Amino acid sequence: MRNEINEAHEAVEELSYSSEAKRKIVVPGEVIVEGDDYLPGEGTRREGSKIVASKFGLAEEAGRVVKLIPIFGAFVPRRNNVIIGRVTDITYAGWLVDIDSAADAFLPIEESPRFINRNEMDQYLAVGDVISAKIWTVKGKGIDLTLKGKGLGKLEDGFIFRIIPSRVPRVIGREGSMVNLIKERTGCQITVGQNGWIWIKGPNTDSEIKARKAVEFVADKVHVNGLTEKMEAWFEGSE
Amino acid sequence: MSSMETSNLTRETLKRMFQEGKRFDGRGLTDLRDVTIEYGVSKKAEGSARVRMGKSDVVVGVKLQTGTPYPDSLEKGNLMVSGDLLPLASPRFESGPPGFEAIELPRLVDRAIRESGMIDFEKLCIKKGELVWTVIIDAYPINDDGNMIDIANIAAVAALRNTVMPEIDEAGKINYEKKSKNKLPLSKETLPLSFSFFKLGDTIVLDPTREEEEACDSRITFGISEWNGQLMLNSCQKKGELPLKQSEVEQMMEILPGKFEELNKKLKKFL
Repeated sequence: MRNEINEAHEAVEELSYSSEAKRKIVVPGEVIVEGDDYLPGEGTRREGSKIVASKFGLAEEAGRVVKLIPIFGAFVPRRNNVIIGRVTDITYAGWLVDIDSAADAFLPIEESPRFINRNEMDQYLAVGDVISAKIWTVKGKGIDLTLKGKGLGKLEDGFIFRIIPSRVPRVIGREGSMVNLIKERTGCQITVGQNGWIWIKGPNTDSEIKARKAVEFVADKVHVNGLTEKMEAWFEGSE
Repeated sequence: MSSMETSNLTRETLKRMFQEGKRFDGRGLTDLRDVTIEYGVSKKAEGSARVRMGKSDVVVGVKLQTGTPYPDSLEKGNLMVSGDLLPLASPRFESGPPGFEAIELPRLVDRAIRESGMIDFEKLCIKKGELVWTVIIDAYPINDDGNMIDIANIAAVAALRNTVMPEIDEAGKINYEKKSKNKLPLSKETLPLSFSFFKLGDTIVLDPTREEEEACDSRITFGISEWNGQLMLNSCQKKGELPLKQSEVEQMMEILPGKFEELNKKLKKFL
């Protein structure tokens, strides 16, 4: 698994040449702007007349709203997130799933797309199997998942790996442009989970390795403008 | 934060890739990552080194103390190797009492160094039967991206070579502030290294990343060094449930001399 510490070094290196935009690096507690006209957006908060950062990341002003793109961050489960998880246990009412967040998730037997005999649950999902699922509810008690939906279910073949969850939007791109580009160029099937886990299955090993490298390349670029074009160039260069 | 364990599919894919002789980072199955060594990372220690191999990162410090010798070796100094797997290094490590791996790592480093005869223990004797030097090696992984044992071993050897003896007066009191001109008595030629072979399915890999290491079924670690122009096997330990075939061990023995030379070459510019 990739480790956060080294990624920190890489991230800061990346930042140095991408700072030509009107974004600045802020640390928690740093005042981004002062003035009553501004509104605190995601990752920021208001303290008196100041807008203060609550995360380490890139702050930008979009009109009156001050936004913060975090460089790191754990996955915070939200309803309707599609995630990739690993089955860790089977109980009488469903499966326990590790989704790499603070709490384990639970997949009730009723939420599988077809009828499952309670005595043969491990034939459908065994411990160690990987599923792509949707978060149905996030309650104080825990997280409930569902497999009812398009593209959800047990993942067969291929492999999964992790990127930093806060970089998932980069990998997906605007309306899926980035992930579609990678899919197109490598011929691989890719599912990006909001929790930072990514599943890749390709026609052969080489294309799978290439798809993974492409995804990691994107995830390493914390903020670079015109990344889709850069990605095109990357593919041209590696062919 | 906890991290997910290896899933069935990743394991199967890695197995298939290894059979084709491929790895995610583009290396061959027995290729080693590049090594860099940094000296003097700790000011308080008598010798220290930080070794990076790929993304793996280990800091080792050497401390010297005086103590009484063991009753069975009255003229010899002592060696103590300890280590801790800090939660800083990996989401898999938890703080608290040391686990299996945290005990195994220093023990394997200890054996590889002790049995190679790198440290001249007889020269560490100050007064026979009463006062000897104790060499304390502390290994701390800073970042765990696989192959911790081999890297800790390199770092320990580098730190030992970096060690300078502190001043000691006639009463046996050590002045840590004042460094003497003497280096730790080491055998110059001996360079103990350890090599861990990992087995997944029917294939054997060297220097795995964390991801690969977790998918592997078993591991065997060899501590080797050169002695009188010949390679000497100092220690050996196997971990994991899957047994090794005789042919596989023979295969490892064929790979070992070449890899020892390769790593020696890589380390030469730093040592």
